[in-house]
Amino acid sequence: MSTGWRVEVDAGRCIGSGGCVGMAPGHFRLESGLAVPIAVVVEPTDAVIDAAESCPVEAITVRGGDDALIAPA
Amino acid sequence: MPDVAGVARSYPFSPPDRLNLDPLYAELRRVEPLTRVRLPFGEEVWLATRYADVRTVLGDARFSRAASVGRDEPRLTPRQIEGGILSMDPPEHTRLRRLVAKAFTARRVEQLRPRTRQIVDELIDAMVAAGPPVDLVEHFATPLPIQVICELLGVPFADRHLFHVWSEAIVSTTSLSPEQIQKYLDNLYGYIGELVQQRRREPTDDPICAMVQARDEHRDRFTEQEVVQLAAGLLAAGHETTVTQLPNFAYVLLTHPEQLAWLRAEPARVPTAIEELMRYVPLGVASAFARYATEDIEVGGVLVRAGEPVIGSLSSANRDETVFADPDRLDLGRETNPHIGFGHGVHHCLGAQLARMELQVGIGTLITRLPQLRIAVPEPELTWKSGMIVRGLARMPVAW
Repeated sequence: MSTGWRVEVDAGRCIGSGGCVGMAPGHFRLESGLAVPIAVVVEPTDAVIDAAESCPVEAITVRGGDDALIAPA
Repeated sequence: MPDVAGVARSYPFSPPDRLNLDPLYAELRRVEPLTRVRLPFGEEVWLATRYADVRTVLGDARFSRAASVGRDEPRLTPRQIEGGILSMDPPEHTRLRRLVAKAFTARRVEQLRPRTRQIVDELIDAMVAAGPPVDLVEHFATPLPIQVICELLGVPFADRHLFHVWSEAIVSTTSLSPEQIQKYLDNLYGYIGELVQQRRREPTDDPICAMVQARDEHRDRFTEQEVVQLAAGLLAAGHETTVTQLPNFAYVLLTHPEQLAWLRAEPARVPTAIEELMRYVPLGVASAFARYATEDIEVGGVLVRAGEPVIGSLSSANRDETVFADPDRLDLGRETNPHIGFGHGVHHCLGAQLARMELQVGIGTLITRLPQLRIAVPEPELTWKSGMIVRGLARMPVAW
């Protein structure tokens, strides 16, 4: 899946606010109080960009197939 | 319990007493974690006081803010809470939040830190030049966040005397009459509406202009009113809270001299100390913004029925003894501190990183540059604000 995006949550920064779960429930869930991506590689979708750009602590990163940072921009 | 079972208690439980939290919260956490309360206005509501339950109410998508629209929402003010971003759920909420979230990310805020240091230094220079006593509220805590939010949003600092007065409308309960509140809000929205029109004529590089452009490119996604309300909310909420917390934090430090001495010796721990102050200081006189259950959900051992509202108390959650050791003790070096002073869930404070940075720089510089800082009047003579949704000092004369 070379065109897929890679979604990561930095567990050291995440505060478990759950904003991403509210914004992109198909892509994130809370586990022991911290956000984790449901799938690490996803089809390109605005939902994960919304979540990454709205995370209050910028714990979420979205990268393209070439590892370029897509969000937060 | 001091009340008859089945009868809703008045909430807030008591008039605000400086920064002291009513002991009833601790008792409720122990014996009745979900309880019925009645606010000065609006329908009866459940109040959640335990940390885990408050997080559920704020974070679980089955609890809705949008469902509050059209209800007689429990509130501290006679006015109905106006729609806006705080009365939306995803995906409508996401649509608006994303419009402005970029301007408040951790990275963007870090870029503002050097300029904030400069502003803080200038304010302290002016205090030193004037000589003690100086009112910390008027000469430090008020101009600092206003100048930062003005520069961030591209709002003229010269207009501060106008919009700072009008902004009181968003934190007032009885300090202003309902007519004054309406007039101030009209003025604030009119003022922002004018800034929006200016940016249409002459585009600038700031978040308000980005909002205007998003609105003009996607006229079906945002209404003009949404853009104006959101920008006004950023300007008002973007400074009223920090204006209040800076003196609150200074007050707590100056009344805990041993803790303050420790912090002065460990300036690298200022960020940790600010988190503890966020936990310890109950900014709100009461929590509000009830979430409405969209289905039957058990909270704190009680079945909340679909359609019923629940308020989560942030201040009580931040004193939950099952999460924070010795919760009523100020511990500036507290290591594990998952406080929810900025809220939780999709409505988590948009400006949290900005507030943190301003509080770190403001408080950190103040205690470093003025090692002899002290409250210049006997503590009982300090005057506290009243008729507001927040606790804070009206004036704080300091000397050094």
